[in-house]
Parts: sequence; structure tokens; C-alpha cells
Amino acid sequence: MKPEYQRVAYYPGCALEGTGHAYNRSTKAVGSALGLQLDEVKDWNCCGAMEVKNVDPKVQTYLSSRVMSIAANEMKAKVVMAPCNGCYHNLKKAEHDLAHDAASRETVERISKKAGHQTYQAGSLETIHALDWIKDGIGEEELKRRLKNSLKGLKVANYYGCMYTRPRHIFPEKDQGLGSESTSQPHFMDDLLAAAGAENVDFPLKTACCGGAHVLSDSDTSTKLVLNILRAAEAAGADVIATECPTCHSGLEMHQVRAEKVLGVKTAVRMLYFTQLLGVALGVSPRKLGVHENVSDGLDLLKEKGLA
Amino acid sequence: MPIHEKSLIRPENLKTHDQLVIDGVDVSGHWSTFIESRVVTDYNEALEEEIGALPGGEHINRCWQCGSCTNSCTVNAVNPDFNPRYWIYLIRTGMESELLRDKDIIWQCVSCNKCTYACPRDVFPEGVMKATAHWLELKGHTAKSKSTIFDEEFTEQVVATGKIEEGRVIRNFFTKTGQPLLQGWLVEMAKRMARRLPFRLGLMMGLAAVFRPRTRGWAKAGAAIGEYVHEQEQHHRKALGIEDRT
Repeated sequence: MKPEYQRVAYYPGCALEGTGHAYNRSTKAVGSALGLQLDEVKDWNCCGAMEVKNVDPKVQTYLSSRVMSIAANEMKAKVVMAPCNGCYHNLKKAEHDLAHDAASRETVERISKKAGHQTYQAGSLETIHALDWIKDGIGEEELKRRLKNSLKGLKVANYYGCMYTRPRHIFPEKDQGLGSESTSQPHFMDDLLAAAGAENVDFPLKTACCGGAHVLSDSDTSTKLVLNILRAAEAAGADVIATECPTCHSGLEMHQVRAEKVLGVKTAVRMLYFTQLLGVALGVSPRKLGVHENVSDGLDLLKEKGLA
Repeated sequence: MPIHEKSLIRPENLKTHDQLVIDGVDVSGHWSTFIESRVVTDYNEALEEEIGALPGGEHINRCWQCGSCTNSCTVNAVNPDFNPRYWIYLIRTGMESELLRDKDIIWQCVSCNKCTYACPRDVFPEGVMKATAHWLELKGHTAKSKSTIFDEEFTEQVVATGKIEEGRVIRNFFTKTGQPLLQGWLVEMAKRMARRLPFRLGLMMGLAAVFRPRTRGWAKAGAAIGEYVHEQEQHHRKALGIEDRT
């Protein structure tokens, strides 16, 4: 267990104030149920998501470095937690580039100076995902002790997406043997939900791509990619796909509807954020977890399983 | 070269004669099939350097053509014509006219980074795809792709306010690409959301249209980014030998 994860700087990011609002709510609710504290990063900005890097990758590095600079220098935090895969990925990528690439350092320094804040120095902050936060801040054993409802009987496909594990070089702490996360077979979400009593199905597309980068600009490709994921989850016997990224989550929801409307292919599997599932297990009401805010109707499923 | 990826014979180069007799032997139909040879004369020897000068393309010279990128590619599984290894080969050998045959699909890379994960030479093929799509647009071979229009709309909002508001990005993207906002599936999504929270949805959309989320104290950072992006654009145009329009 890592005591430094008990209180961390919190970087929600833009999506968690919009389409991913339910993820924001449920993350906070799970944190307070587990006694983990979050201090939101002051005056944070967008990390650049998947878009700004295509205009200029170093601008994306700057955007992430500004968030880290505030957390490290103004809030004196040691750890920043980002629940969104996009934010988490970009902070990690900026950390890597600033440690290894002189040109990135130079650009970030130049823009930071003009913007009037301290330049972020690589190594002054640890960036973690909401999964690390719960897995290493609380752990499965403690989680089990605090359970109010077991997720027994709920069949879950754990979907991690692209940005949580790829490319490998920006996640130096992964693939380090026992206890560390794997980039080819990630398992932190599986571990936590199993501890909450859920039955994890054997799901082969854990790190497949949902086409989130082109969710609107190339909808046909995204619909095909999402359908692969939905069908594979159904074939594996899942009632619900547990997600850990607002872009993946809304991509799955949007293209499930689009597949139904445009291709006439209907799928029944639901999507819930892993924090919503953990929250239910910890006895938080589905409303407080924002389950009613999801497009995919998880409330009916939870009722059916006697969890709501 | 991993030839299993694609057929090297193009259908339009397969020639047959419906009626053909040679030395008294009837070879009509498929008996007279032959493959017309391809001759490439117009090499662009600067192609690799040009793509290498754009962000993401820096390490294209490391490629040794193992094909791991294409093998792991998400988009290749949907469309076999999407072939990063082959494009890297064409770029490195300067076969511009061959590359241009695929100009309308290169932008479709979804940045899943499976190629970058698999690449044994750290070519960063994902970056090469972005650099190539960017090169096609800068050189005027393609119009701006929908993806570029989306990225630019997104970036403009970040530069202006420090944050984005998803509804605004979507509305502006649809307007700029001439698509109706009221597409059947989007309407259906809104209906499903409205079922459980009619009030909040209305409030969210209404408020976001009036108050844009912004980062406090952002003005100087936004200006510095804008300046940097402009400078880089000039730099890229110069590297590609494109006349400065300003």
C-alpha cells in the first residue's frame, strides 16, 4: 500500500465536466466512501486530449506540463490522479518527453516563461490513474472489508482501451513483475471488481481500440470498432462492460446507438464506469454515482441483479 | 517484404483478350491473361526528408520493413488497404505517385498506438501516419480531412480559453463540415439521455451555450501557444518548399 495515495491532487479534465460527468461523480463518491482525499488542481487547463498533438505535439506537452506545474509547485503535491485515460496518458507522455527530449524541454520552458508560471521539472510529480489510486491506495483486502453489497452474479467485461497501456515507454512503472500493471494484459480493474464480488468474464478485447479519436470524423470506422468490442463482450457472456475512460465510455454508448440506428444491429450489453460498479458495492446509491446520467441504461440491470 | 498483406497485382493491370488466336492456337479469354508491367519514373527523392521534417515523422529512417505495424494495425483490420508498412516503404523510396493512390485514407489512423507498441525500431509509425496526412494537406494533394477540421476546432478552443466545451466542439465541427446536427442517431442518443434527466440535460446545453468554461489566468499562456503554433507552421512550410502566403 502507498500512503502517499491517501491524499492526491485531482485532475478531472474537460470530459469529466461534460459527457463524463458521471465518472467525475462516481470517482469522488468512491473516494469519500473509502476515505481517500482529492484536492482538485487549481485553474487547470485541457491536457490536449487526442487532438492538439495533431496540430503540434509539443503544445500538447506544454498543456500537460502546466497542469503538473500547478500541482507540484503551487499545491506542493507529490501525486496527481487523473481518472480519464486521455489526461493520464498525456501527463505521462509529457513526463517522459520532458525527461528525455531536450527540444520538448526548451519549448515548454519558453511557453511557460511567457505564460508567467514556473516550468514543470520532470520527476517532481507522480501521475497515476484512478485504478492505481484505489488499487495501491486501498487494495483488494481493505476493499473487501468495506463492501456493503457484493456484485455477485454480475458478469463484467473489463475494457481498458488504448491510452492506459500504449505506447509502453511512457509507463516505465508497468510490466515490472508481481504487483505491477501489465501493458499487454492489464488487470487492475479486474482485480478491484473481483474483490467487489463481480465475475470477470474472459474478454479478449481489453485493450482494443474503440475509434475514439475519430468518433465523429470517421463514424463508420468507429461504429465497426465499437461493434467488435460490444459483440466480443456479449460472446464472452458479459452483462456489462466496465470502463475507465470517458472517451471510451461515450464512444461505446454513442456507437451502440449508431449501430442500432444506421446498421440495424442491436446489442444488449450495458456500459458502466468501474467507479460506478465499485460505488454500488460500497453501498453508495446509483443516483449519487450518476448511473441515471449514462446513455446506456445500467439502472435496469442493477435493479435486475438486486443491486439498486 | 511481407507480401501476404496485399495483392501486388492490381485488377486494372490484368489484361485478357476475348478473341485471340496466336500461331493457330485459340487463347481467347483467360488463356491470354498477362500482367501489364508498372514503370515508375517520377521519384521524389526528397519525400522521406519532407515527411521527416514534420512532427511525428522524425524517425521514419529507422524502419527495416518488418511489417509489425501493419500486422497490429486497428484500421488495417477494417480496411486492408490501410497499410503503414507499405506507405513507409513508398516514402523512403520516394515513390510519391504510388503513395498518392492512397491519399484519401491515410488520415484514418485512429492513434491507438498498437504499431508504436509493436515496432522494434522505435519508428513511431503512429506519428509517421499523422506527418504523412499533414504532408498531403500542406502539399495540396488532399483537402483538410474531417479529422484535421476537428483537431483544429478543438485546438482553437483550448488556445482561446484553456478548456474545451464538448457541445461547442461538436456543433462547430458539424457546421464546418456541412453536416446536419440533427442526425438520426444523435437525436436518438439525446432522447435516451433525456429520459432520465430531462431537466439537467436542458440546463447543461443551455448554460454551456452561454457560459464557456475557461481557465482563470489563461490569456498569456494562450497567446504564447498561438505564437508558437504560427512559428511552427512557417517552419513546416519552409521545410516542404511551399511558398509563404503571408
